[in-house]
Amino acid sequence: MAWSDVGFGEIAPAVVLERVGAGGHGAVNLFLGVVRDSNEGRPVSGMEYEAYEAMAREQLAAIVAEAERALRGGGRVAAVHRLGDLKVGETSVAVAVSTPHRAAAFEAARRVMEEIKVRLPVWKRERYLDGSPEWLGGQAPPVGAGGDRTREDRHARVGPAGPEA
Amino acid sequence: MRVSVLLFAIYRELAGTGNLDVSLPERSDVRALLAALRGRGRLSALPAEVSVAVNRQYAEPGTILADGDEVALIPPVSGG
Repeated sequence: MAWSDVGFGEIAPAVVLERVGAGGHGAVNLFLGVVRDSNEGRPVSGMEYEAYEAMAREQLAAIVAEAERALRGGGRVAAVHRLGDLKVGETSVAVAVSTPHRAAAFEAARRVMEEIKVRLPVWKRERYLDGSPEWLGGQAPPVGAGGDRTREDRHARVGPAGPEA
Repeated sequence: MRVSVLLFAIYRELAGTGNLDVSLPERSDVRALLAALRGRGRLSALPAEVSVAVNRQYAEPGTILADGDEVALIPPVSGG
């Protein structure tokens, strides 16, 4: 079973690693996202993560379930995203995938991260050594993501004059 | 009918609150809600395109709202 969590506690890689693996799985891939010490040349002192928590939990659960389903029974997927104030070097996100062979484990971990980047309702505000904090620019989430929408729906947006062509 | 509007991150700062209660005509859609919000002072600065979730599911401009719905305005996301 795919496993996921969104919360304020520190992330230990063991939390996701212990949720994957099986006798026939010869590959375990662990991805960690870590707070950098700079962004576009500006020194960073830390990062603050805010979420629409109830929806973020549901979306992350859907993302890992979809990734595991794509492995067609041949893999396990787990992911956790942290919220709150993080210092440089701390882990903000961890993804673990186990599969019989390595290619699928790399691919599934990347897929989970790409989906997190476009549809997890989480926002980060960077704190700088040389100025006030700023919300970082991000991705406009797809319309209907996480449901049974088709890819064609993904570029619809709500604007004052209605959806974009 | 009334819907509960949640605002996060940069939209929350724009509105000066994380939570608004909005009255709308029955069977209004997401597009109508956004138009109503843009008619309020501080939210007139909302961008031309806004992603929206209704009851924690990403929704479309034509999604019809119901009394008691929880509607979240979702700024561009930046998790990871």
